[in-house]
Amino acid sequence: MAVVEVRDLSKRFDGVNAVDGIDLASTDGEFLVLLGPSGCGKTTLLRMIGGLEPPTEGDILIGGRVVTDLPPRARQIAMVFQSYALYPHMTVYNNIAFPLKAAKLPRAEQEKRVQWAAGILGIDGLLQRKPRQLSGGQRQRVALARALVREPTVFLLDEPLSNLDAQRRASARDELQGFQRRVGTTTIYVTHDQVEAMGMGDRIAVMDQGRIRQVGTPHEIYDDPADTFVATFLGSPPMNLVPADGGRELLGFRPEHFVPWKAAMGDEWIRFPYHVHRTEYLGAERLLYGEIGEASAVARFPANADIAVEIGSTSDFAVRRADLKRFHPETGLRLDRPGNGRRA
Amino acid sequence: MTSVAPEHASPSPHDPMTLSPASQAPVWDDAANERERRRARVRKVASRGVLYVTATFFALFAALPFAWMVLTVFKTNTDLYNPNQNPFLYNEPPTLANITYLFENTEYATFVRNTLIVSVLVVIVTLIGAVPAAYSLSRLAGKWGEGLGIAIFLVYLVPPTLLFIPLSRVVAELGIRNTWWAMVVVYPTFTIPFCTWLLMGFFKSIPRDIEEQAMIDGYSRLEAIWRTVLPVSIPGLLTVVVFSFALTMHEFVYALAFVTSSDQKTISIGVTTELIRGDVFFWQSLMAAAALVAIPMALLYNVFLDRFISGFTLGAVKG
Repeated sequence: MAVVEVRDLSKRFDGVNAVDGIDLASTDGEFLVLLGPSGCGKTTLLRMIGGLEPPTEGDILIGGRVVTDLPPRARQIAMVFQSYALYPHMTVYNNIAFPLKAAKLPRAEQEKRVQWAAGILGIDGLLQRKPRQLSGGQRQRVALARALVREPTVFLLDEPLSNLDAQRRASARDELQGFQRRVGTTTIYVTHDQVEAMGMGDRIAVMDQGRIRQVGTPHEIYDDPADTFVATFLGSPPMNLVPADGGRELLGFRPEHFVPWKAAMGDEWIRFPYHVHRTEYLGAERLLYGEIGEASAVARFPANADIAVEIGSTSDFAVRRADLKRFHPETGLRLDRPGNGRRA
Repeated sequence: MTSVAPEHASPSPHDPMTLSPASQAPVWDDAANERERRRARVRKVASRGVLYVTATFFALFAALPFAWMVLTVFKTNTDLYNPNQNPFLYNEPPTLANITYLFENTEYATFVRNTLIVSVLVVIVTLIGAVPAAYSLSRLAGKWGEGLGIAIFLVYLVPPTLLFIPLSRVVAELGIRNTWWAMVVVYPTFTIPFCTWLLMGFFKSIPRDIEEQAMIDGYSRLEAIWRTVLPVSIPGLLTVVVFSFALTMHEFVYALAFVTSSDQKTISIGVTTELIRGDVFFWQSLMAAAALVAIPMALLYNVFLDRFISGFTLGAVKG
C-alpha cells in the first residue's frame, strides 16, 4: 500500500506536450480515476508512473520514494493493460506465476500464492488453459490475478473494461470495484468512459490536452465543475451553456434542472424562453432538444413525468438559481467557484 | 398544446408512400427457383472439378523432376543412354552400382559432413546476428527502423557473382582460403540481411504490451525478450533456421570460388566438380547425390510447412 505522487511531470513527443506539468497525488488505498478524451495524455501519465515511458521533466514518487529513474521492475507495481497482455504461450497458471518466478520465490510458495489469487478471482478451474481458450471476462480476471499475486503497492489499470461488451461491462465494474475494496491497494485507473469513472472512482482527475482540469469526488466533478470542459465532458447529455449578461458570462445548468416554468415558482427561479424543436423518448427518460436564443439546450425528464410542450413552439422554462453555474466565456473557468484555479 | 409523449400510432394506411401497386407485387416462381438451384449445384461441381484438375497438374509438374531423378539413380548406363527406350521405365534391371560409386570414388560423405557443419554454423551465426538486429529495428529505432530494414534487405539483392571478388580478398586476409571456414564467414552476408528483414515483420506483429507486461512483472528488457518475445516468435525463428539452412546448402558461387580441396567441399560444388569430368557426366551418381539431400530436406519442409508459410507471409505483409 502506498501513495503515488507526481510532481510537475511532463512528457514531450516531437515537440508536443502529451503531458504538460502535472501535479497529482493519490491517497493511500484510493481508487483514483484518470478521465479524459482520447489523446489527453492519461495513458502516457499512467505509463510514466509504471516506468514504461521516461518523463521529459518532473518526478514520480511511490510510497514517498523517488522512482523516476527506476526501471518498471523496481517499482513494486502491477499493471493491467487494455489488451490484458496475457502471455499467449503460457498456461493461465504460468501467466499468474510469472511475476513470482521473477521474484525467485520457492515453488511451493508460488503455488500457494497462485491458488490464493485464482481463488479471489474465481478462476481456479481455468489454471491449465491457454489464454486463447478464455472468454474476454476470464482473460480480464487472469490479468487481475497476475497483478494481484505479487501483492504490489499500486495497481495501474489502463482501460481494462473497454474490450468487454456493454452487458458484461456493468458486472465487471461491480466486480472490479469490489475487488479493489477487498484488497485495499491504491489503484490508478485510466478511462475515457465517464460512467466507469463516476461509478468506481473515489476521486476523478479530469484531463484534457496534457493537463488536469479538475480533481475531485464524482459529486464534486459533476455538481461543481471547475470549467466548461469538465462541465460538458461529464453528463449525458452534457451541461447546457447559455450566454448571458450581454455575452460577459456563460450560464451553465444540467438538463435535469431545466423544467417548465410555473406561476407558483418564486424568486429563486430564473426564466428562459425555450424553443423546442425535437423530442426523444429513451425508455427510462425523455429528452427535449431546443434553443434558448441562439444557444442550444437540452431538457431531461423521467419518462413518466407529465410534461406538456408543443414541438415547434416557444414556452417558458426555468432553472433554480442554486443550480446555475457561471463561467467565463473565453477561458471557460468558473466565475462563482471560490478558490478556483488550475491546481490539481 | 399536445403531449410530447411518443406517438405510437403507425403511419396512416392512406399514406401514398406505403402503398405499393399490385403490378409490383413479387411473384413466387417455383420453376425458376428450381432452375436457379440446379444451376448453383452444377457450378459447385464444376468449380470443384477445375480445382482438382489444376492441383493435380501442378503436383505432377512439381514432382516429375524428383521422380525422374530417383528413377535415374538406379539405371544402368546402357539403359540410360539408349534414346530408343522409354526413359521413365526400367528397361534393364535396376542397380545400386551408382550409389556405391558415389560413396567409393568421391568424398561424398565428407561433402555431406562439411555441408552439415557449415549449415549449422551459418544458422547459429545468422540467429545471433539477425535476432537482435530485427528486434531493435522493429522496436527501438522508430521511423529509422523501417528505412534501415529496407536498406538491409537491399544488400541481399546484390548478386554473389559480383560480391565474391571483394569477398575473396576478405577471405584471403583472414587466412581461411580453401577451407570450409570461408563459407561460414561469407554465407551470413546474405542470410543475415534476409532473415533480419523476415524477423522484423514477425517482431512487429507481436504486441509490445506483452514485453512491457513482463517488464512490469519484474524482468529486465533482455529477460522479457527471452521469456516472452522469443517463445512467441518460434514460427518466425523456425522460418529463419530452415531458410538459412536451405540457402547455405544450395549456395554455389562462393563455394566454387573459395574452396578447391576435395576434403573441404560442400555437396553443391563437390558433386558437380567431381562427377563431371571433362565432358563426361556421371548422371546416375549425380542424381543419387542430389536425391540423398533433397528428399530429407523436402520431408523437413513438409513437417514445418504451415509455420514456414505463416512466417513468410507475415514478413511479406508487415515487413
